[in-house]
Amino acid sequence: MTAIAFEAWRGFQGTAWRDQVDVRAFIQANYTPYAGDAGFLSGPTERTRAVWAKVSALFPQERRRGVHDVDPVTPSSITAHAPGYIDRDRELIVGLQTDAPLKRAIMPAGGLRMVEHGLAAYGYQLDPAVKEIFTKYRKTHNDGVFDAYTPEILAARRSGVITGLPDAYGRGRIIGDYRRVALYGVDRLIEAKRAELRALDDAEATDAVIRDREELSEQLRALDELKEMAASYGHDISRPAATAREALQWLYFAYLAAIKEQNGAAMSLGRTSTFLDIYLERDLAEGRITQERAQELVDDFVIKLRLVRFLRTPEYDQLFSGDPTWVTESIGGLGQDGRPLVTRTSFRYLQTLRNLGPAPEPNLTVLWSPRVPEPFKRFCAALSIDTSALQYESDELMRPRTGDDTAIACCVSAAPVGRQMQFFGARVNLAKTLLYAINGGRDEVTGAQVGPAHPPLTGDVLDYEEVTKALERMMDWLARTYVNALNIIHYMHDKYAYERLEMALHDHPVKRTLACGIAGLSVAADSLSAIRHARVRVIRDQSGLAVDYVVEGDYPAYGNNDDRADAIAVELVRSFLAKIREHRSYRDAEHTQSVLTITSNVVYGKHTGNTPDGRRAGEPFAPGANPMNGRDRHGMIVSALSVAKLPYDQALDGISLTNTVTPDGLGRTCEERIANLVGVLDGYFDAGGFHMNVNVLTRAVLLDAMEHPDRYPQLTVRVSGYAVNFVRLTPDQQRDVVNRTFHGSI
Amino acid sequence: MNGRVSSWDLSVGVDGPGTRFVVFTAGCPLRCQYCQNPETWRMRDGRQVTTGEIMAEIGKYRRFISVAGGGVTLSGGEPLLQPRFTADLLRRCHDSGLHTALDTSGLLGGRAPDALLADTDLVLLDIKSYDPATYRRLTGGPVQPTLRFARRLAELGRPTWVRFVLVPGLTDAPDNVDALARFVAGLGNVERVDVLPFHRMATGKYERLGLRFPLTGVAPPNQELLDRVHAQFRAHGVTSV
Repeated sequence: MTAIAFEAWRGFQGTAWRDQVDVRAFIQANYTPYAGDAGFLSGPTERTRAVWAKVSALFPQERRRGVHDVDPVTPSSITAHAPGYIDRDRELIVGLQTDAPLKRAIMPAGGLRMVEHGLAAYGYQLDPAVKEIFTKYRKTHNDGVFDAYTPEILAARRSGVITGLPDAYGRGRIIGDYRRVALYGVDRLIEAKRAELRALDDAEATDAVIRDREELSEQLRALDELKEMAASYGHDISRPAATAREALQWLYFAYLAAIKEQNGAAMSLGRTSTFLDIYLERDLAEGRITQERAQELVDDFVIKLRLVRFLRTPEYDQLFSGDPTWVTESIGGLGQDGRPLVTRTSFRYLQTLRNLGPAPEPNLTVLWSPRVPEPFKRFCAALSIDTSALQYESDELMRPRTGDDTAIACCVSAAPVGRQMQFFGARVNLAKTLLYAINGGRDEVTGAQVGPAHPPLTGDVLDYEEVTKALERMMDWLARTYVNALNIIHYMHDKYAYERLEMALHDHPVKRTLACGIAGLSVAADSLSAIRHARVRVIRDQSGLAVDYVVEGDYPAYGNNDDRADAIAVELVRSFLAKIREHRSYRDAEHTQSVLTITSNVVYGKHTGNTPDGRRAGEPFAPGANPMNGRDRHGMIVSALSVAKLPYDQALDGISLTNTVTPDGLGRTCEERIANLVGVLDGYFDAGGFHMNVNVLTRAVLLDAMEHPDRYPQLTVRVSGYAVNFVRLTPDQQRDVVNRTFHGSI
Repeated sequence: MNGRVSSWDLSVGVDGPGTRFVVFTAGCPLRCQYCQNPETWRMRDGRQVTTGEIMAEIGKYRRFISVAGGGVTLSGGEPLLQPRFTADLLRRCHDSGLHTALDTSGLLGGRAPDALLADTDLVLLDIKSYDPATYRRLTGGPVQPTLRFARRLAELGRPTWVRFVLVPGLTDAPDNVDALARFVAGLGNVERVDVLPFHRMATGKYERLGLRFPLTGVAPPNQELLDRVHAQFRAHGVTSV
C-alpha cells in the first residue's frame, strides 16, 4: 500500500477490498447501520439556499423554451468542455456537463439526426464542421443500425408494434461503479484494467477477444481523460479520496464523465449513500465536519444531480413525458447478513427533498423490505405523502437474485453494481400484436401488412381458442423480429458509441442481459378475458380488416385479484419470455423482460386501434403493469395484488406499478397516513410485489396545476417507474394523470 | 347464513384503523340527504351471498391485512338491517383473529344482540345530528334510537368512534355541535369523533341511477368551519380528527 492510500484509508476495516477492486466488501466491512429516526437531520444552510436559488432562477425560462441553452459546436466528450460553475466561491462539489449550468451538449456518436432535430427544435443550428465530420468521416450508431435493419424490422418499427428502440441515441441503463474512483483513485483502477487486458495477451485472437482488447484499451483511455477532466477543476483524482468531501467529489467526477460521454436514455447513479456514509461518519468522528456540514455536502451533490440535461427532441420528451434522465439512486435494503443497509446518509439523501424541495431527479428509489428499520420506513412514507417523489422496489425479491449491492437502472432494472450491464431493449406493443393476430399481420390503423400474412380470423364472434392460437403465431414472429432488432442495435452501439468510461468502472468480463419488454399487458389480458368470458363481436371494414369490437356481457378484468383474468396476464408474460429465449442474443446476453411502459403508455395507446376489451382507439394504455384505469373496481390494494401475481423470475428487468392515492385515501390524520402507507408497502412487498410508485395527490391540485403551471413548478407526479414535473407534461398526459383511478374515499 | 350485499372493497384508513376489507350490505332504513352510497338503499338491489362466500373472499386478503395492519368492516347500507347475517359474519371474522368494525347509524341498534357487539372490536357510530328535528330533516328518521344505542355501547364498554358529517347549513349549527360534543363526552367509551367534511363526489352516482342529489347546491365546509367544530369538540375534552 502506498503512503497516500494509507492516509486515505485510515481507520477502515477489512482486507478483501484492499487487494482487489471490491466496493461491496469495503461497504460490508465498514458501514454503520442506523436504526434511529430523522431527528439528527439538518435543514438547508444559507449557502445551500443561495446556490439552489441561483440555479432555480434558470428553471422557468428553461421550462418555457424547452432548453436553457445548447452548445451546438462542441461534440461532447469527457474533456471537451472547459470547467463550469454555478457559483464558484460557494459550491462544495464542482463540475458541470458543459461550461455553464443547464447548457446542453451535443453527442453525435449516438446519432446525428437526433442532434440536428434537437437543435432545430430549439432554434439552433449544428456547426457545419461537426456535421461534416459525422457524415463524411465518422459514422454514428444510428447510421450503423439502419445499415443493418431488415425491411421487416423497419415495418414493425414504423407501425409501432416494436417501439421506443434506442437506435437513434444512447442506449443508457448502464451504471458505472462510480464509487470505485473515490475508494481507489483512478491510478489504481488503471492498474487493474491493465491487468485485465494483459490476461488476454495469450488468448487466441477471435472476434470476441479482439473486441474485448479494443474495449479495454478504450476504457483505459477514458480513465486518463477522467483524471484530466478532474484536474481542469483543480483536483487530483489519481489517488483515493481522503475525506468525505473528496469522496463525494471523486464519485461525482466519475458520474460526470459518464454523462459528458453518453446521453443514454437512463443515466443512473447506482447505490452510493451507504458507501459515502462511511466517509461522512469518519469525518464526523474525526471532528472534521458537523452534522450540518455533512447534510450540506449531500445537498450540494444532489443539486448537481438535479442539473443533468441532455439534448432531446420534443417528440422524445413527449414519449417519455417531460425531460427525464433517470439519475436513479437506490437507497436502503438489507445485506446478505441481515443487517439493514440503511445509514444516516440514506436519511440525508432523502432529506434533500425537504431541503431543496421536491424534484423528480435524482430518481430516489427505496429498496423496501418489511425488515428495514421502522423509523426509516416511516420517514420514507412521510416523504411520499408530502412529495410523491419516491419509488419503492422489493429488496426481498432482488437480494437473493442479484445480491446486496444491487442498484436500479432507470426505473425498475436491477443489477449488481459494476458487475452486470444490460442491453436496453425498449418494448413491444402486446395489444397491437393481438390485433395483428386477429388481422393476419395487417396493421389495424393503416391496413399495411406488417406481420406475416397468416389467414385473418373471419368469424363474427371471436373464438378464444382461435385467437390464442393466432396470437401464439404472431408472438413467435414478434419475438424473432424483436431480438434481431436488438442484436443489431447493440452490435452497432458497441461499435460506434461504446460507453468507455462506464464500462471502465465494471469488472471484466461483465455479465450482460438483453432487456426486452412488453407494453399493453393489461389491454391484451383484458381483451383475451373478454373473448373468453363475454361475447366479442367483430366489426370489419370493406377490406375485411377488423377495426372495432363490440363486447356483449361482462368479463373479469385484470386488477380485481380474480385469477380468471390475472392468470391470462401471467401466461402472456411467461409465454413471451419463452419465445424471446428461443433466439440467440448478441454477446450471449441473458434474455430478460420488463413490464414497464414509463409514460409512453399514452403514445402507444394513441397508435393502437380499438381493442377487444372495449378500449377505444387512441385511448392510453395503463402504465407499466397497471390494470386499466377504472376497471380495477375494488381499490388500490386489490389492484396491486393482481400485479403482484406477475412472476418476477419471468420479468427480471422489472414490473412497474403506479398507485395514485389522495391523502384522505390513506387515513384521517398525518400519523395514520404514515402508518397506513408503511402497512400497505409492507403488505405489497410481502405479497411478492416488485415495485410501487406512490402518488399522494388530490384531483383539485392537479386541475389547478393544469390551469396555473407557474404556481406548481415543483409539483412532482410519479408516473411509472419515475417521477416527472407535472407542469412539464403535455395537456394529454396531464389529463391522463388526472383521470386515472384516484383511489380516494368516494 | 344468507345476506344481501351491495359490494366489497379494500380501503385504507377511512373505514376504521388500517387496511380494511369493507362489506357494504344492501338496504338502509334512512335516506340521508348527503348519502354517498345511494346504490345500497334497497335490499333487493343487492346480491345474495352466504357468509361462507364472503369469508372466502376475505381469506384472499387475510395475509395482507395481517402484515399491513387492519381488519374487516361491515358497512352499508345498514348492516343491522340484516342482524343475523351481520352477527354471523362478525363472529366468523372475530373467531379467526381479524379485527372487526361495525359501521352503523344506530337506528336499529336494538336489533343487535350483546353477542354481536361482543364480536365487534370497534363500533363506528354515525350520529348524524344531535338535534332531533335536524336529524329527521336530514335522514327521515328519529335520533333517539341512535342515542339509546350509544348509551348501551357505553354501558357495555365497547370501543367506539363517533362519525359526524359536517354539512354547512344543515348540521353545523353551533348548538347542535355543542350538544353532540357534550353527549359524546359523557359516554366514556368514545375514543374519537371523525368530523367528515361533506363532499359532492357521489353526484355522478346519483345521475347514473337516475336520482337527484339533494345537496347539489351545498358547498363543502371551509377550513374555518372545520376549525370551529373541532374546537367545539375539544372544549368538551373530546378528541376529534
